[in-house]
Amino acid sequence: MTYDELLQRGPYELGSAEKREVYSELLSDLTDRHRECCAPYDRCCELLGDRRGMRRSPETVPMVPVSLFKKAELCSVPAEEVFKTMTSSGTTGQQPSRIFLDRKTAEWQQRTLQRIVSSYIGEKRIPMLIVDSPNVLHDRNLFSARGAGILGFSIFGAKRQYALNENMELDTEAVRSFLEKAAGGPVLVFGFTYMIWKYFYRPLKESGLRLPLENGFLIHGGGWKKLQNEAVSAEDFRDGLFEVCGIRDVRNYYGMAEQTGCIYMECECGHLHVSDYSEILIRDMEDFSVCETGKEGVIQVITPMAWSYPGHSILTEDKGMILGEDDCPCGRKGKYFAITGRIPKAEIRGCSDTYEG
Amino acid sequence: MTNLEKYNKIFRGMFRKTDEELPALKYRGIALWDSIGHMDLMGELEETFDIRIETQDVLDFTSYEKGKEVLRRYGVEI
Repeated sequence: MTYDELLQRGPYELGSAEKREVYSELLSDLTDRHRECCAPYDRCCELLGDRRGMRRSPETVPMVPVSLFKKAELCSVPAEEVFKTMTSSGTTGQQPSRIFLDRKTAEWQQRTLQRIVSSYIGEKRIPMLIVDSPNVLHDRNLFSARGAGILGFSIFGAKRQYALNENMELDTEAVRSFLEKAAGGPVLVFGFTYMIWKYFYRPLKESGLRLPLENGFLIHGGGWKKLQNEAVSAEDFRDGLFEVCGIRDVRNYYGMAEQTGCIYMECECGHLHVSDYSEILIRDMEDFSVCETGKEGVIQVITPMAWSYPGHSILTEDKGMILGEDDCPCGRKGKYFAITGRIPKAEIRGCSDTYEG
Repeated sequence: MTNLEKYNKIFRGMFRKTDEELPALKYRGIALWDSIGHMDLMGELEETFDIRIETQDVLDFTSYEKGKEVLRRYGVEI
């Protein structure tokens, strides 16, 4: 099966045995391809004991620490085929990651996201309120993870309105007139968790204004870290938003700029779901063995979508645990999991330490 | 104006191309037709032809020629 064929299926129909079979084949071929086309990655694999041409499984595909994308230019296509470069500062705040996309990978990312999100909001495009400032897409050839998220989700928006102005202030007038045109119908509200809280919830709460978003569907991502520092829980977040705009459907998602498109949406039961287009393993923090269901460890993200750069198997700096597989009451197949935090000061060290430029 | 004339006018205006260059145009084939340009294009088409394109079709709209097929699904003959 190719990734294109995989995209014809799903997004949540592969059982664990079939998925393992499909992934072992796709990931083995992809690892060989990236070793062939990306010299720094090839050296990493060599150090990690991977042999070219070997049959690999999701558990044995070499994993690259996410920090390596900050340190090295990892690209598996010729420079003239790079269509877009994405950057992400991550949370360590130093050198940004750079992800090089060719046309095919960019298209796969968009199709992947469309397949996953349609499972929650349907195929119809609806008015979309973006809780951010239009400046975020200042340079269209070089964009941030935030910009990439907004662009990716824009395919679900029939008409789009930015809620914030250039100074990051809530543009109440524009938002009101936008919602008037939506006339109480469904509206997609999209933004980053912290941005929504700080620049949308707070100003509304402080001014006492209430927005008519009873039929809204809010999707937010980007991590809870900043809100946890302010002691805002997921429940506070939901309750707060309900209070200022009557919105009931609030969904979190988890995703990485390094695997844009392959997001993990929160289902009706409050679980983050792994789609057919990616896989998650939890690694023990001491010996990197694969953790059993219910045991906390470091999250490894895997996807056969990463074609133009060797990002098909990445060890993140996030901690989490698998909650179950193929048996969520929402009916979606695949693993479901919870995020439990981040690794303090990114302690994971792997082949990035041995990379010598 | 015929539907084809309207269709071409939108492409010429958005991507700064002549009628002769249009048939070769592909999504992500030129800098202006990136995902931002694509969403603007969908908006223009929806307004001009008074239709609402679904997300799957937004992504199936991969070229100037393919776009004609997509619009046919909405009863717009180009």
